Amino acid sequence: MFQALANPQRFMDFSRWAAPLVGIIAVILIAIGLWLTFTVPEDYQQGDTVRMMFIHVPAAYMAMFCYACLGGASFMGLVFRHSLADAAGRACAPLGAGFTFLALVTGSLWGRPMWGTWWVWDARMTSVLVLFLLYIGYMALQAAIDDEVKAARAASILALVGLINLPIIKFSVDWWNTLHQPASVFRAGGPTMPPAYLWPLAIMAIGYMALFGSLWMVRVRSEVWRKRANGLALQAAG
Amino acid sequence: MLDLDPGKYGAFLWPAFGISALVIGWMVVDSLLSARRWRKEAQRLEALRSETRDQLRP
Repeated sequence: MFQALANPQRFMDFSRWAAPLVGIIAVILIAIGLWLTFTVPEDYQQGDTVRMMFIHVPAAYMAMFCYACLGGASFMGLVFRHSLADAAGRACAPLGAGFTFLALVTGSLWGRPMWGTWWVWDARMTSVLVLFLLYIGYMALQAAIDDEVKAARAASILALVGLINLPIIKFSVDWWNTLHQPASVFRAGGPTMPPAYLWPLAIMAIGYMALFGSLWMVRVRSEVWRKRANGLALQAAG
Repeated sequence: MLDLDPGKYGAFLWPAFGISALVIGWMVVDSLLSARRWRKEAQRLEALRSETRDQLRP
């Protein structure tokens, strides 16, 4: 399937109907997730701030997932010189930066009433901030170099080097003493979270994933048109 | 039962949801506008190219 969609024309034909369809699925899932967010009982320790978990945790998952996609696209672009790989990477970066920003801000807004501080330079938060800076660096590098091929190559190398940050984020709560709580969903031995919270969280996480999928396809389409327009403009000029 | 009264935590909860809505809204609008802009530009240049070809045809 991936090989078939690697052809730009096939991708454009597929994404023409897939992007809106996945977008509608995202809207439905996020609407259900939001409804459940405000119907679950408040936590005995966190009170109503537990509701922030349903937007903070999916944003944090997506921050990492988008970067993994960016790394995969960069690898394909560098090694196989794939025609859509650069477009796929460029499409991931602003979305990933948006989700990372949300993870940082919602985490900070939760931290103030629960931890008594907006921010601490502990391993989890610092590594997520580094992730945000990597996204910004990737986009800045793409924008700073006029030659698109050279820009894509430089940005892809940065993205690949930055992949090392993903396991650091994931295991930071195990490797170091941090204020951030340890994993409570994706952990050996299964989730420790009660099902009343797990379901809304899962629905919101899948909703965010669908949102990313839909917007990613829209942005890759935009990149394909941009390259086509630039090619035509060059032909017209020359 | 819908619980929209977070009490003393409202000052933290509502900004978190508001900022999330704004950022997600920006991601949606920016993606759609960018796609529309480049689709129209590509279509315009393609039409221009076809027009030029027609004019050059003997």
